[in-house]
Order: sequence, then structure tokens, then C-alpha cells
Amino acid sequence: MVDVRGVHKSYGPLEVLRGVDLRVGAGEVTVVLGPSGSGKSTLLRAVNHLEKIDRGFVAIDGELIGYRRSGDRLHELKEREILRQRSRIGFVFQSFNLFPHLTVRQNVAEAPLSAQRRPREEVEELTAELLDRVGLRDKADAYPRQLSGGQQQRVAIARALALRPKVILFDEPTSALDPELVGEVLEVMRDLARSGTTMIVVTHEIGFAREVADTVVFLDEGLIVEQGPPAQVLDAPRHERTRAFLGKVL
Amino acid sequence: MTAPSVPETVTLAGGAAAPLGAADAGSLRVIRARHPWRWAAAGVVLVLLAMALNALVTNPAWDWPTVGRYLFAPSVLRAVVLTVQLTALGIVLGFLLGTVLALMRMSRNPLLASVAWGYVWLFRSVPLILQLLFWYNLAILYRRISFGIPFGPGFFDVGTMDLIGPVTAAALGLALHQAAYAAEIVRAGFLSVGHGQLEAAAALGIPRARQILRIQLPQAMRTIVPTAGNEIIGLVKGTSVVYIMALPELFYQVQVIYNRNGRVIALLLVAAIWYLALTTVMSVAQYYVERRFSRGSARALPPTPLQRARRLLAVRRQARARALADAGTAS
Repeated sequence: MVDVRGVHKSYGPLEVLRGVDLRVGAGEVTVVLGPSGSGKSTLLRAVNHLEKIDRGFVAIDGELIGYRRSGDRLHELKEREILRQRSRIGFVFQSFNLFPHLTVRQNVAEAPLSAQRRPREEVEELTAELLDRVGLRDKADAYPRQLSGGQQQRVAIARALALRPKVILFDEPTSALDPELVGEVLEVMRDLARSGTTMIVVTHEIGFAREVADTVVFLDEGLIVEQGPPAQVLDAPRHERTRAFLGKVL
Repeated sequence: MTAPSVPETVTLAGGAAAPLGAADAGSLRVIRARHPWRWAAAGVVLVLLAMALNALVTNPAWDWPTVGRYLFAPSVLRAVVLTVQLTALGIVLGFLLGTVLALMRMSRNPLLASVAWGYVWLFRSVPLILQLLFWYNLAILYRRISFGIPFGPGFFDVGTMDLIGPVTAAALGLALHQAAYAAEIVRAGFLSVGHGQLEAAAALGIPRARQILRIQLPQAMRTIVPTAGNEIIGLVKGTSVVYIMALPELFYQVQVIYNRNGRVIALLLVAAIWYLALTTVMSVAQYYVERRFSRGSARALPPTPLQRARRLLAVRRQARARALADAGTAS
């Protein structure tokens, strides 16, 4: 499903990712943990080519993301092609990044209409259904700034779902929220996980990881230190660095 | 009254011995602070205003009857129309070209970016009046203009004078000059849109052109409109520079008239009144355009002056109705 192999990424002399391998099966939830600066966000952004990688590749359902292979070379795709690929990958940002000048309904409907060119009636129906799912049907005509942080992030999740994505990437979706608003966002994410959505989640919510994740990945200094089911990685970490990190956040 | 268990009297900050009983709380009346100096300042300003008005009206040198005679004279009205035309052409063409320049400047193609920079540099550096004279004299530089393959054969050509008459030359000059400023204004607008917006649009796979038109531009407009409003109002008056091309716009026309009849001040006043009227219309339009683009920027839009007036009337009416009802129950 999602196949990340040998991904390297540097910013100048700083090597952020140093050969990351990650496989996520269809319908699985993978939670990526790690200290800040470990490369979690960069890894997530490499999956939908928001970050160009220096070496290695990312493939989703066997399709290379951002590149076309000929022989042993990878040619970077044209922007139009990359945008087409991204329109089947959901991304939820830490800072929501809703479009402030569009209503909630317009935010959700924009990409299905313009990126996927689906018929308007179908998109309207889908939008209503998704807003219902995240519990914000009555806010359809509100503007993002009229909503709380938790509500905004739920709209952002509905916006990502509207693409009918093969996988949704969550980049610290609750880190910008007041503590009492974290729960409502996690609840929506839990619901998605239960319904078999393929998800990669970068988060600091260990409780969420334990409850929902099929696989927990611990990333440090650009490398995957260990990965496995939550019971193993969270409760019986084998690696010293994992233990040290968990000791700090738990 | 039952004996309170907690000490009930509190001394106010001023040290005045005003015991504050809990029972009194409901009956305390609020007296607003008085501002005698505000009234004094308002009085002074009113007197000054009255003096200024008096000086305007009573001094016969202003020659108001002549102003009245020429304000709606056909030649003046034609001149106003030309001024409006030049402004509209200058702004529309200027901002269209300016937007193209801004997009070039922000493009990843270094040649496009440098050409846009060079354009802004050149057209901002040469005074408008000089640029206009160049356009006016274009026919001296190039007698004929030919259309065809670059450096190759031409399909047809026309005389420069026929293609670019004085009005076209003036509009072109104003637009090209305006474009340099517009480019920077539009660019500033685009730069003001948060990086996260572009990233979200890119992550959703929204096509590039759509990203610009639907996501970036509407948000950029919030920064663009106030500055653009400045430019438009500036250009309404800026068209007066065109008088050197002997085009009968407002300023040139009033000069023609006062050179004939010697009523200089009165005719300058006519021009001033028209410029005031035009810029007033623009300012009001700007207010509503800004409102349109500020949707979503605040939790609720502030009411327009009209809405405010209506609301005030409604409140008054309710108060009156309540007073009447109270009087009814009292009797």
C-alpha cells in the first residue's frame, strides 16, 4: 500500500532523513513517534512529495510518488502530475490551514470539484455526509475563524476525506489545540481508524497510539529506531532511546 | 436583617468612608465621567469651521456664480468624461499588466523574474510626464508599426499616428506607468498570503491556476485593495498631467476656459469640485469592495454606515414603544 524505501533528505549539511524504510498496509494505522527534530514531519511530507527527497522512493499502490522511473533513474514528474497524485492522498496539518475566505462547505468541496472534477451534485452530497460524520453539519455555512480549533481541525479532516484518499497523513493534528479540544479530534480519528481508513499519524498522543495503532514507529535522528505493535514498542521497548523518549512523555 | 458573619463594610480605594453593604449592590447607580475639555475642544473647532465657511462664501473673489455657471457646462462635462475614461483605462490596463508582471516576478523562471524587475525599475524611475511625452512623440521615433513574425516579414503595417492617437497615447502612458506600481502592490498582496495556504492547496492537488485564482488572489485582495484604492484616487488626479498632451481632460479644459474669460479662481474651483466628487465615489466604492473581501477575516463584519443608521432608528423606535407601554401601565 504505502511503501517508503531508503528515503534520504538533507537541508544543506543537515541530514534529516537517513534511509527510512516503512510499509503501511491497506486499512492499517501507523503512528510515528519521536522527539522534535527527529524527522517525523519531513517523513510525512515526503510521502505526498511536499518535500522532495534526495534518495530512495515512496510508492502508493505501486505508483511512485513524484517520480517516473526509467531504467535506474527517477525523473521528477511535472507539477500537474504531482498534483494529480496528491489528490488521492489526504493531508491534515498541525495548523489546520483551512481557507479562511471560504465557508466550511466550500473548504470541503473545493478539491473534489477542482482537482478531481467530480459532478457538483455528487460533491454536495458528499460534503453534507462528511460534515455529518465529523459532527459539524450545522456549521456548513460558517467561516473557519468562527469555529474553535477543534472544530477547524475536524473540518480539515473532512476536507482530506473528501478526496476519497487512499491514505490520510496526519501531521501532529492535535498539537495546536487547547487540551480540552484534543479529545473531539481524536474521537473523529478513532472513528476513521475503525472504519478501515489507511492512516499515518505523527503525534505525541501516546494514549491514542496505544489504543488505535496497528504499528508504532519510533523515529530518532532520521532513522527508524524500532517499530512494531504498540504493546511491544510502548510497553516493552527494546531500544534505549525509545525508553528514554517514552520516559519523558509518559 | 440577619447579622452577617463576614465583615460587610469595605472601604473604597479613595479612602472615603462609604460602607458597601451587600444589600446595596442592586441600588447603586452608575454616573458616567464628564469630559468638559471635549466640549471645549469641539467648540473651538466649530468656530474655526464657521470662520472658514464664512470666508469661502462671503468673499466675492471666489466668484461662486461663475462656478455655478460652468460646473455643468457641456465642455466641462465632456472633460469629466474623458478624465473618467483615462482613469478607468489606466487602472484596468495598469492592474492587468501589473498582475502579469507580479506573477512573472514571483515565477521560478529567472529570466521572467528579471524582466519584470527591470520593467518596474524603468517605469518607476522615469517621471510620468516624461513618459507621456515620449508616447506622444512616438510617431517621430517610429513612423510605421508593422505586425508580423519577429525579425521576419511583416503581414501589414500602419502609420503610428493612425494607430496611437493622443487619447490612446495618454491611456497607454498612464497604464504602463501604473503597471509598475500595480505590480508591486499585487506582489505584496500575494506575499501576504500565508505559506500554509499554498501548502494546503498543493496538498489537496488543486490545479495551479485554480490555486492562484481561488485561494491566493481572494486573500491577497485584502492587502491589495486599500493600496490599490490609494492608487486609483491618485490616478484620478494624476490624469491632470495629461494636459501637456493638449487633451481636453478636466484640468486642460478649465485652463482653456479661464484663458478665454479670465475667471481663474472660479474655474479652478470647478475642477476641484469635480475631482472631489470623483474621488468621493471611489472612496465609497473602496469601502464596499474591502468589505466584500474581508469575509471570513473577522468573526462578524462591522455594519455599513447604512446598516448602522437603520439599527439606531430601530433601537430608538423600540425605546419609544417601551416608554409608551410603561406610561400605559403606570396610569
